[in-house]
Amino acid sequence: MREIAYEDIVNAVKNLVLHTATNLPEDALNKLKEAHDKEVSPIAKKVLEQLLENAEVAKNEQRPLCQDTGLAVYFVKVGQDVKITGGLLKDAINEGTQKGYIEGYLRASTCDCFTRENLKDKIGYNLPAIIHIDLVEGDKIEIEYAAKGGGSENVSRARVLAPAQGKEGVIEFVKSVISEAGPNPCPPIIVGVGIGGTFEKAAISSKYALFREAGKPHPDPEVAEFEKELLHELNKLGIGAMGMGGTQTVLAVHVEKNPCHIASLPVSVNVQCHSSRHSHITL
Amino acid sequence: MSQVHYLTTPLREEDILNLKAGDIVYLSGTIFTARDAAHKRLVDLIENKQELPFPLDGAVIYFVGPTPPKPGEPIGSAGPTTSYRMDSYSPTLIKHGLKGMIGKGKRNQDVKDACKEHKAVYFGATGGAGALLGKLIKEAKVIAYEELGPEAVRMLKVENFPVTVINDAYGNDLYEEGRKKYEVKD
Repeated sequence: MREIAYEDIVNAVKNLVLHTATNLPEDALNKLKEAHDKEVSPIAKKVLEQLLENAEVAKNEQRPLCQDTGLAVYFVKVGQDVKITGGLLKDAINEGTQKGYIEGYLRASTCDCFTRENLKDKIGYNLPAIIHIDLVEGDKIEIEYAAKGGGSENVSRARVLAPAQGKEGVIEFVKSVISEAGPNPCPPIIVGVGIGGTFEKAAISSKYALFREAGKPHPDPEVAEFEKELLHELNKLGIGAMGMGGTQTVLAVHVEKNPCHIASLPVSVNVQCHSSRHSHITL
Repeated sequence: MSQVHYLTTPLREEDILNLKAGDIVYLSGTIFTARDAAHKRLVDLIENKQELPFPLDGAVIYFVGPTPPKPGEPIGSAGPTTSYRMDSYSPTLIKHGLKGMIGKGKRNQDVKDACKEHKAVYFGATGGAGALLGKLIKEAKVIAYEELGPEAVRMLKVENFPVTVINDAYGNDLYEEGRKKYEVKD
C-alpha cells in the first residue's frame, strides 16, 4: 500500500483551482486561435480577437478568465493500492477547492436551490464541489478538474430516444439543443455528447467528454468519425462567436459511447463555453 | 454596414435612435450593475412607488456578478451574465426611463417590444472576457443590497467599454440577422 497524505491532496487541489482560473489551457487556446483564423464574419472575428486578448490579460495579470469561476467539478481515479492518511478524500478535495477559491479571489457561486441564498458561510466557499470517484488499479491518484460555468450548463439537455431513432435521431437531438442554445452558452463552444448506458450514465459521460483535450478524436475510429460528422453539422447553424453570426460555432465535439438497454437510446448533451478551464494532476 | 459610436452615459433618446443592430459602441461614464435578485427588488420599489437606489432616467444597467476585487483594485473579473433571467423585469425598468442594458444572450419579445416602444437598446458584451472587461472598470462602489454579495447593485465608472448593439429601437435583432447570414441550409 502506498500512502498519500490528506494535506498533499488539499494542496494539489488548491493549486489546480488557482492555476486553472487564470490560465486558459493550451488545447482550448489553440482551438480559439484556429477559429479566429478560419472565421469569415468580421463581427465574430473581433469577438475571437477579444477572447485571445482576454486569455493574455488573465495569464499576465493573474485575473480570472471569467467572472463565472464555476462550480468545481472533479473526476478522480483512485488506485486501489493507495491508502489516504489523515482524512477522507472528499473532504480533502472540498478543502482544497475552498482554499483555492478564497486565495484566488474567485467567486463563490453555490446557493440553495430554492431560497437562492449563497452557501459560502453555511457549507463553505463555493462548496460543495461536484466529485466523481472511480476505483482503478495502481497506487496513484489522478485528479481531473474543471471549473464549470453556469451559462453553458443551463443549455445542456438529456433525453432517452427510442432505439429506432438511431444515429440520425442523435444528430437531430444534438442539433436541436445547440440551435436552441444560440448565443447563450458563450460560443464558440465544445460539445460533450454521452450516448448509451442509462439516463445518468449518459449524462456523466457527456460531462466527462468535456474533460478530454479539445479536438482530440475518440480512440475508436467509428466514434471519431461520428464526432467529425456532428461537428460539420453543428457548424452549419451559423451561430458564430457570442451568437453574432459566423462559421465557427463549435470548436470540437467529443462523444462517449456506452452499451445500453435493448429498449432505450439515452443521449446527453453537455455544453462547455469557450473558456474551457480544465487541468489534471497525478499524485 | 456596422458603425462605431463613442457614447457617454446617461444616454439620450437621440443617442438611441442613432444605433442599429450590429453597431459597435464604446461606452464611458457611470453604469449600474444588477442581476435577477436586484432586478426583482427594483421592480418591487417601482410598483410600491418608492425611490430607487439610482436614477433610471437614461441609465445603463450591466448584468454582471463580478469576482471579488484583489486588494487595491476596484473590481475583479467582470464579464456579462446571461440576460434572459432579467426578461421579466426589464420592460418595467425600460418604461421608467432605462435606456440601455448590457448582457449576453437572447432577450424575449416583451423586452424587444419595450425597446421599440420606449426607445432603448440591448447591448451584448463578450461573455468570458471578464479579465479584459474588468480592467476597463475604473471605479466600483456597492450602492444597494450589499447582502446579495456578487449580486449587489454597484455603481461603475467605465472608460470605452466595448459593446455591440444586439436589439435596437427599431425591432432589429443581431442574433437573428447574423445567424441567417451564415447559416448553411441543406
